[in-house]
Amino acid sequence: MSASSLLAQDLVAGYGERTILDGVSLKVPAGHTTAIVGANACGKSTLLRVLARLLTPAKGGVLLNGKDVHQLPSRRLAQQLGFLPQSPIAPEGISVLELVSRGRHPHQGLFKRWSAADEAAVADALAATHMSELAERHVDELSGGQRQRVWIAMALAQQTDVLLLDEPTTFLDINHQVDVLDLLTDLNRERGTTIVMVLHELNLAARYADQLVAMAGGKVYAVGPPEKILTEAMVRDVFGLQSRVIEDPITGKPMMIPLGRHGGR
Amino acid sequence: MPTCSLKLHVSNRSTAFTGSAVAALKQHAARRMAGGAVLLGLLGLAAMLSVALGARNVGWAEITAALSGQVDTMGDAAVASRLPRTLLAMLAGAALGVSGGVMQGLTRNPLADPGLLGVNAGAALAVVIGIAWFGIAETQRYIWTAIAGAAVAACAVYAIASLGRGGATPLRLALAGAAITAALSSLTTAVVLPRGDIGGLVQSWMVGGVGGATYDQLLPVLPFLAAGFIISLLAARKLNMLALGDDTAAGLGEKVAVARAMSAVGAVLLCGPITAVCGPIGFVGLVVPHACRLLAGSDYRWLLPFSALGGAVLLTFSDVAGRMVAHPAELDVGIVTAFVGAPVFIWIVRNRKVGSL
Repeated sequence: MSASSLLAQDLVAGYGERTILDGVSLKVPAGHTTAIVGANACGKSTLLRVLARLLTPAKGGVLLNGKDVHQLPSRRLAQQLGFLPQSPIAPEGISVLELVSRGRHPHQGLFKRWSAADEAAVADALAATHMSELAERHVDELSGGQRQRVWIAMALAQQTDVLLLDEPTTFLDINHQVDVLDLLTDLNRERGTTIVMVLHELNLAARYADQLVAMAGGKVYAVGPPEKILTEAMVRDVFGLQSRVIEDPITGKPMMIPLGRHGGR
Repeated sequence: MPTCSLKLHVSNRSTAFTGSAVAALKQHAARRMAGGAVLLGLLGLAAMLSVALGARNVGWAEITAALSGQVDTMGDAAVASRLPRTLLAMLAGAALGVSGGVMQGLTRNPLADPGLLGVNAGAALAVVIGIAWFGIAETQRYIWTAIAGAAVAACAVYAIASLGRGGATPLRLALAGAAITAALSSLTTAVVLPRGDIGGLVQSWMVGGVGGATYDQLLPVLPFLAAGFIISLLAARKLNMLALGDDTAAGLGEKVAVARAMSAVGAVLLCGPITAVCGPIGFVGLVVPHACRLLAGSDYRWLLPFSALGGAVLLTFSDVAGRMVAHPAELDVGIVTAFVGAPVFIWIVRNRKVGSL
């Protein structure tokens, strides 16, 4: 699997009259993990939706390996680029195996039978997410963390070079948040999958992403490695929060400590 | 917390996975096959009862005689007249079952039924206007009028739901459908009320029944039903995707608007003509797909054929029951399905996580 890059150029996009993205350009390097951070309503999810072609920009475009995603047939695009929304819906009574198998949709045709390649992709996705043992269980019966693994397994079965995820750790306990981000990092390192995700938790974003994109007011405030981007000035400008940024004693990555009004010793 | 390694032992694990999962799949498949066989058996039984029972009960000899084209005795004649009725009941049940399954899938609403897109109300208004203002009386004209009304109503609902950003979302379809249905129903009442002369005619159509069916009624709807069945089955894969949510479906390469429009056309083609011939028959489209989910699972490629069988079984049995209950008179099948359907409906609402379809 070769690494793929995404390029957004001068995006202007929104819903109806309301402009949310106002001139966003972004280069997502191939084979890297990019995390988009920013305050609520800064346009981070909208940017992800435009990258995934769920939303057509009013101006500008998105290039996947140099090709305009809006020119690609949707099935072809889905073979190369996967998207996991914030709250996907699991049909009642569906089994883990069945749900993960649906990730093969873009690789199947109306009359194309389930193939050995499909079988292998699903088995591989289940193994990679440690869900093989639970393959026959109903998705409704799983914990929040396990359920998120199932969705990631479905996206893995899709076997795309690029994976976009909208807040994959929301609603999860901290241990499951770390678990999901570890899993995505494995994917990135071992398969070269290019990962772009919107993340809420700034410190986890700095720890797991190769590239941070800080957004504010529908524009990109700054892009770069976490060491350059996660600064006290950025936290103040983007989140309106006074903070102290120190070096994480474990990884050496920057770590933000909010000050708040009761921050003193 | 185990660290995830993608390289380690993938082949071993996938063999292990394949073993257990294949066993599970075989078990599911076996259960599905058994369920399908039971439904087929029930359908055969229902068809036989439907031909045999009624104001005059007939025996084997008369049934086989009538089936081979001989009409010598009263019994033979009864059987011959019950054949088209039985066929219509089976077709109507199958069409409503599939249509309901498709409608629930495309709106992701477990309480959706074929009437949701305003189809029944549109057909009813068109027929009533036809009777009241244009004096139509022939069956053929009824059918065309009702189909036209159903189509116009469904298009209107779809157009209204598509206004604004985001297109025809499940919620908007349900709201637009409810609003249009209410509006059309009051118009229907407004047309009928001042016309005491046509009240009875309209009323008998509105209850919903398959009694007195003839081949002349049956034939014109066949092309519509055939098209409806084919389109619905082709849409089954798309419904599987829509079930995961619009964004996930789009991420998996499905054109959500196309998928939804195609499914809607299939559902309307199935339930419009049936409403035209039988009048609105409630609950079959609502209840059957739910019951069939227990047998077929959530994969629409299985669920829709099962719903066809299940709908045919339910409607045919209901029709037979309607003839038995009020013997030697008859209860219209629409009333019987309501009696069967209402408790099942309540059971669904109480026992299932409504909204998580």
